[in-house]
Amino acid sequence: MNAFELRQSLDFAYIVAVVLFILSLKFLSSPASSRWGVVAGEIGAGLAVIVTLFNPEVVQYRWILITLIIGAGVGIPLGLVHMTAVPQRTALSHAFGALSAAIIGVAEYYVGTAPVTRFEMGEIALEVIIGSLTVTGSLIAAGKLQELLPQRPIVYRGQNIVSLTVLAGALGLAIALVVNPAQAMLFPIMVIVALIFGVLLVTPIGGADMPTVISLLNSYAGFSAALLGFVLNSKVLVVAGALDGSSGFILSVIMCKAMNRSFTNVMFGAFGQVQAAAAGAQEERAVRSATPEDATAILEAARSVVVVPGYGMAVAQAQHKVRELYDLLTKKGIEVRFAVHPVAGRMPGHMNVLLAEADIPYDRLIEMDEINGDFPQTDVALVIGANDVTNPAARNDKSSPIFGMPILDVDKAHTVMVIKRSMSPGFAGIDNPLYYLDNTLMLFGDAKQFVSAIVKELSGGH
Amino acid sequence: MPADFISNLYVFILAGFVGFELIKRVSPLLHTPLMALTNALDAIVVVAAIIIAGRHETRFTTILGAIAVAASFSNMVGGFLITDRMLRMFKSGRSKQS
Repeated sequence: MNAFELRQSLDFAYIVAVVLFILSLKFLSSPASSRWGVVAGEIGAGLAVIVTLFNPEVVQYRWILITLIIGAGVGIPLGLVHMTAVPQRTALSHAFGALSAAIIGVAEYYVGTAPVTRFEMGEIALEVIIGSLTVTGSLIAAGKLQELLPQRPIVYRGQNIVSLTVLAGALGLAIALVVNPAQAMLFPIMVIVALIFGVLLVTPIGGADMPTVISLLNSYAGFSAALLGFVLNSKVLVVAGALDGSSGFILSVIMCKAMNRSFTNVMFGAFGQVQAAAAGAQEERAVRSATPEDATAILEAARSVVVVPGYGMAVAQAQHKVRELYDLLTKKGIEVRFAVHPVAGRMPGHMNVLLAEADIPYDRLIEMDEINGDFPQTDVALVIGANDVTNPAARNDKSSPIFGMPILDVDKAHTVMVIKRSMSPGFAGIDNPLYYLDNTLMLFGDAKQFVSAIVKELSGGH
Repeated sequence: MPADFISNLYVFILAGFVGFELIKRVSPLLHTPLMALTNALDAIVVVAAIIIAGRHETRFTTILGAIAVAASFSNMVGGFLITDRMLRMFKSGRSKQS
């Protein structure tokens, strides 16, 4: 095989890989076929990696083999993390993906074979800026999710002006480089400014907005890979990057819609300040609370129960106890379903993964639009660690900062029981009128302990 | 504007549409595994990293390539692994009883 034929067979193998990638996403359309998606993806990726080792440009293998082993050594533990750590792991993998894309862009700039043209310079600069800001942005998001950094929005006066000035700085340096690509000095400065912008972009964003942010970072990581494909003229990167980028983009749109907010509002949101103001206007109002015994009696008398899980369930790691509750109630002939809001938790689909981990069948997990009509016929809505997504103020209080956000209509159930640590509105700071309704009972305590107490009553009491 | 740019743009736009149609059909149940899987597919950047690390140009670019190989390959391995672990957990009511 001569060099030309070899190159053509490599390209052919990449086409096969791309087809497998597309099939991989297609298999994900239903849970039943989804595991084939992983198989197709693995074969495609494995094929692409192996044929690349035969690329005639590759002349030394020592570093490749060492770093492949290091990569596997880092990747395997990151693939085996506990399910509760999935959001931070995902943020970290956005950082890794963007890091490799940005670094290759940097290397392309410094490769001394041919002088960089203006057009190439523009591609590289854009790619490196998006990649770099995604690296630091994702690291900050991962830090917040791991609670190494405070989850509340960190805001200060004039923040948006500072952030936008830094972004303008990075773009200005990129333009200067396009005008004269030989100003090698400016290149590392541009990278550093882009890295700083990533930090400024994500630091002000609070924990409750993480589903949107993590989706946006996913999209940035994908598009930086696609841009790298333009730089290197590699179609396999263009396709994989476009798939990843469009996936992240669609998820961000879904998350924004589920919060009735725009991108700009999430990224430059005055949300933090508005909430703080709303929290100040609180007044003392009477709530009814109940003991685990009362709650058990109400659940036993019910025919249909809808459980609404939220971030509080994830924090308390209550999903396995919730599953025991599900089993006991189902055994008594009570219909138990789970209502999952798109932004419940810290990333898209977070609650579904935790409940699936606890072995709750996925056909019991119902989306918001599907279950909302059923609440008026539901005997008990049991809210476990969810707050804003059940707040009726979103429906009927125009002054509420979350007015217009689609919510789960739990207040329409005959009885609402809310497991919550205390009446404090949490860092989101929005008062929830649900708690003061006549048909609402507050169950004060840790989600896991309270559900355990109900489970104990249900199994031992009679 | 180089000719390659136009052909890449074609591919990008078509792949974007394909991605849009495919992702729209993914059940919201599986949004977390979807993100893990697309992350693993995106790690195909490793093929570019391998070429940079193996090209033997300057020590600096070899080091950059080596870091990129490690970062993207860890995403590839870890991404497929965790996607499969998550998808294995999703069982329907019927398959659970059997």
